[in-house]
Amino acid sequence: MSNPTPPVGPGLPETQTMVSDTVTAPAPHRQGKHKQAKGGKPASLWTDAWYDLRRRPMFILSVVIILILLVMSFWPQLFTSVDPFNARTCDLSTARQGPSAGHLFGRDNLGCDVYARTIYGARNSIVIGVLTTIITTLVGGLFGIVAGYKSGLVDSVSSRLTEVFFAIPPILGALLIAATFRGRANSILLVIIALAVLGWPMTYRIMRAAVITAKSQDFVVAARALGAGAGRIMFRHLLPNSVAPVIVVATINLGGFIAAEAALSFLGVGVLSPDISWGLMIADARDRFLEAPLPLIFPAVFLCVTVLAFIMMGDAVRDALDPKLR
Amino acid sequence: MTKTTPDALPAEGGPGDGPLLAVDNLHVEFQTRAGVVRAVNGVSYTVGAGETLAVLGESGSGKSVTAQAIMGILDMPPAVIPKGEIRFRGTDLLKLSEDARTQVRGQRIAMIFQDALSALNPVFTVGWQISEMFRVHRGMSKADGMKKAVELMDRVRIPAARQRVHDYPHQFSGGMRQRIMIAMSIALDPEVLIADEPTTALDVTVQAQIMELLADLQRESQMGLILITHDLGVVADVADKIAVMYAGRIVENAPVYDIYKAPAHPYTKGLLDSIPRVDLKGQELYAIKGLPPNLLDLPSGCSFNPRCPYRQDNCVTDAPPLYEISGVRSSACHYWREVLDGERQ
Repeated sequence: MSNPTPPVGPGLPETQTMVSDTVTAPAPHRQGKHKQAKGGKPASLWTDAWYDLRRRPMFILSVVIILILLVMSFWPQLFTSVDPFNARTCDLSTARQGPSAGHLFGRDNLGCDVYARTIYGARNSIVIGVLTTIITTLVGGLFGIVAGYKSGLVDSVSSRLTEVFFAIPPILGALLIAATFRGRANSILLVIIALAVLGWPMTYRIMRAAVITAKSQDFVVAARALGAGAGRIMFRHLLPNSVAPVIVVATINLGGFIAAEAALSFLGVGVLSPDISWGLMIADARDRFLEAPLPLIFPAVFLCVTVLAFIMMGDAVRDALDPKLR
Repeated sequence: MTKTTPDALPAEGGPGDGPLLAVDNLHVEFQTRAGVVRAVNGVSYTVGAGETLAVLGESGSGKSVTAQAIMGILDMPPAVIPKGEIRFRGTDLLKLSEDARTQVRGQRIAMIFQDALSALNPVFTVGWQISEMFRVHRGMSKADGMKKAVELMDRVRIPAARQRVHDYPHQFSGGMRQRIMIAMSIALDPEVLIADEPTTALDVTVQAQIMELLADLQRESQMGLILITHDLGVVADVADKIAVMYAGRIVENAPVYDIYKAPAHPYTKGLLDSIPRVDLKGQELYAIKGLPPNLLDLPSGCSFNPRCPYRQDNCVTDAPPLYEISGVRSSACHYWREVLDGERQ
């Protein structure tokens, strides 16, 4: 999620230095008001949001879950000593065995350890979710800011274009893209591309709407009157004032993309074996679900918790960034 | 910025002949679904170096639209400028490319807005915003820009400027915010400063301070100042001359002293008569009858005729030209002599 923030510019470094300042500041919590932090340093929208977020249990809980997931996807060895990519760890004779001391979640249809596979499956979900979000935010955000600022023909053309994308049912569209190019590219990359192609119009719309609102404010006219060019107005004046809703949608979308990846993998056009993905595990376990429900239930629970954590974080961020909703 | 040819821009500190900025027969229309709104109908005024022109008029008289046309910040469409010239040191700004105009904006002609809170970007510190002027137009480093920002904040008399550069706009009072806006607009030493109702959003004591500040800054830098206002009280102290606007036209042009002594247009007279006066306490306050005209459908003849106490038959049929009264005075009224001589009603 570091991505949509850099263009915010000098506003942010200020924010980050502020964080440590406010930790000890006994600032009274006033709704929708900016607070003066310790040392007379001012509170910006971001500091204010951060102050607010740190007091939300839902945010803390979701961040803890997400941090665990991140560690899990970078260093899965920390959680399990079994290497699921090594065929020797699977034993067909123990297929669908229930939980035991060495294999907490039991074994799947091929006698592989479900726990190890679930842990290793986090990486693809996170990578796909994060990369797709970054791409959609960049592409949609860039088009949105230009369309919102330029209006007229540029806006009309790009808005009609996004409506074409909106008309495609997302899963069907992604299925089509992934199935068509299957085998020609890395399966994970293909999932990212398929989801990004269908996902960017959402960010575009949010960004465009926010920019149009910000554009009519006096400070944009004033910036023009003081000689700022189009690029400067768009990226220095409009972007920081309209990026908040985009960040919110990006966080919520991240969960959605992870779920969509699982759906595509389940349908057989997403991540392919021998790569591991929760969607793929669910698909594999489906055939024998009635005899051995655990190989399906464990990855499904992980999937739900992950998606839920991102959506919860998005919700909390939205509440913090939009004082009007409080 | 590559399209800009240096000679297309008006020469800096050019020859002293002619006024610094001259608006000549400017027309601005807005094309709306309801029809064409004629917001500015042939406005002409000039301002010289070190001179203050007050443009006076009620809401909708076209005073701000004229200023926006000078700045080139009208949204076109819906705005159209079918006729007129805006000459800055002899160069017609309306004929310049957008790139060349961006060069003029902020550096040569700058503007102050009415509501400084909304005219400042809420997400950046004021120091960042003032120093942006130097970083963008002068290529200064961040640190140098900040130093200049502190200097400017001192110049517009913001106390503890060194500490306050790091504050955000919402942390300043209305008067201080307007000072910051002024600091930004004078940052690059513009030759012309347009102040669009700079004190309207402020309370009376702060108004006087801001006007005094503007007058001081003007004395220091000899810039031409166009002061747009609807407040006759603000004008009296600082302006050299006044242009009164009504329904998109200039109805009277005069040095400030003359206009207060004896107005030559019934509208100006009405404005002056509607100022509350202590010596007339207890009497009913004079108000100009009727409402400002609908710019979609201006009255025939003189736009002011439906509200005018001096109306004769030809006012409804013939639009009055701007009659020259003396070298420095003019009035767009057929009966300016009667108004000038007339007893106050």
